Amino acid sequence: MVTAAAPTEAHIWQLLEEVSDPEVPVLSILDLGIVRAVAVAGDQITVTITPTYSGCPAMNVIATEIRLRLLAEGYSNVVIHNQLSPAWTTDWMSQAGREKLEAYGIAPPVDGTATGHVLNLFGKDTAVRCPVCKSTHTHLVSQFGSTACKAHYQCDDCLEPFDYFKCHN
Amino acid sequence: MLPQNDSRVAAATPAAAPGPLFPFVLQLADTSLILAHRLSEWCGHGPVLEQDLAMANIALDLLGEARSYYQYAAELEGQGRTEDDLAYLRSAVEYRNPLLVEQPNNDFAHTILRQFLFDNFHYHLLKALLTCPDTQLAAIAEKSVKEASYHLKWSSEWVIRLGDGTPESRQRLEKAIATLWRFGEELTTATPSEKALQELGVLPDYATLLPAMQAHTAYVFAEATLPLPGPVFGQQGGKTGRHTEHLGYLLSELQYMQRTYPGLTW
Ligand SMILES: [Zn+2]
Repeated sequence: MVTAAAPTEAHIWQLLEEVSDPEVPVLSILDLGIVRAVAVAGDQITVTITPTYSGCPAMNVIATEIRLRLLAEGYSNVVIHNQLSPAWTTDWMSQAGREKLEAYGIAPPVDGTATGHVLNLFGKDTAVRCPVCKSTHTHLVSQFGSTACKAHYQCDDCLEPFDYFKCHN
Repeated sequence: MLPQNDSRVAAATPAAAPGPLFPFVLQLADTSLILAHRLSEWCGHGPVLEQDLAMANIALDLLGEARSYYQYAAELEGQGRTEDDLAYLRSAVEYRNPLLVEQPNNDFAHTILRQFLFDNFHYHLLKALLTCPDTQLAAIAEKSVKEASYHLKWSSEWVIRLGDGTPESRQRLEKAIATLWRFGEELTTATPSEKALQELGVLPDYATLLPAMQAHTAYVFAEATLPLPGPVFGQQGGKTGRHTEHLGYLLSELQYMQRTYPGLTW
C-alpha cells in the first residue's frame, strides 16, 4: 500500500473526479453533483454524498468506489456521510457532465422543466433534443425509464429510442 | 434487498423516552415497504413494458424511502435493532401499515386505484412534512416529495385513461373502486400515536390535508367521467396491527431469506 501523505481537500476532490457513476460511466460523481462536501481532519476524510433518487441502487456502489479510490492512495480512515437535505437536483450537474451525457447518447436534463407537477396531467412533453440526430422533434414514451433518473423518449425524425436524464428540482 | 448502509442518515437527537415518534416512523416505513413489495410483484408481468418499468421504478422509490424511515426508526428506538431487523424480523401483528397497501394486486385497474388512493395521501402528507419541526422527517420528506409527485401524476393519468377508456377498462376500474374505496379512510384517520404527534405539532391535523386531497380526486374523477363514490363504511386496523389475511402471505415471501437463513448477508 502506498504510504499516504497528509491528505488535502484539494487532492481528495481530484481523486473523486476519477470515480464514475456505475450506471452512467461517462459521468464522474462530481459531474453528477452528488458529492456535497469533503472535510479533512487529521488523517480522517469525510465525504458527504447525497442520493439522486431515494432508491438509487448505485449509492452503495458509489460509496464503495470512493473508499477504494482513496484506499489506493493509502487513505484508509474514510467516513462516507449520506445527506438527504438539501435534496439533489439536476441543477447540480456540471456543464461538462451535460456534454458528456449527450455524447454518450443520453439527452441531458432541460433546466426548469420538472414535469412531475401533479396538476400537469397529460401536460405537454418537454422538448428534448435527440442525442443522435439533434432533432427536437421527439416525444415522451414513458416518464419512467431504464433507471430512476431517466425517462424514455423516441425521436420522430431518425426514430431512435433514447434515454432522457429527467430534470429533477 | 436492504444491504447494510455504511453510514447512517444524519442523527437527529433521539428522544430520551420512547415517544410517539418511533411507532409513527415505523408506520411510514412499513407502509412504503409493503406497497413497494406489492408493486415489485408486477415485475415481468406488467401489461406493457413501459408500465412494467414504471411500477418497478415506483417500487424502488418507495423502497428507498422505507430504508430512510427504518434507519431513523432504529435510531429512535436505540435498542440496537437495525433497519434489516425491523423489516425482516417482525411479524404481521407488529406491522403498522394501513390495510390499503397490503391488498393484492388483482388486475391492473386495482393496482392503479390502490396507487391513486395512496399517492394522493402520500404526496399531500409529504408536502406538509416539509415544515415538520423534526428535521430528520423533514429531510426525508424533502427527498421523497419530488418522487411522490411523479407517482401521483402517473396514477392520476391512469385512473383517467381507464375510466374514460374502453367499456372493459371502465368496468374493471369500477370494480376496483367497489373493492378498494373502503380502505381510503384509514389513511387520514389518526391513531393514538398520530394524535399525540398532532398535539405536539410534529404532524399536521389530517383534516387540513383533506381539502386538497378531495379537490384532486374530484378533478381526476371528473376527467375520468366517473361519478365520485359516495360514503362507504371504512375498513381500518392495519395501523394498529389488525391486518387482513393478505399481509401474512406477503411477509412470508418478503422475509423468507432472513427467516430461513438468519443473519444472511451478501
Ligand atoms: Zn433523432
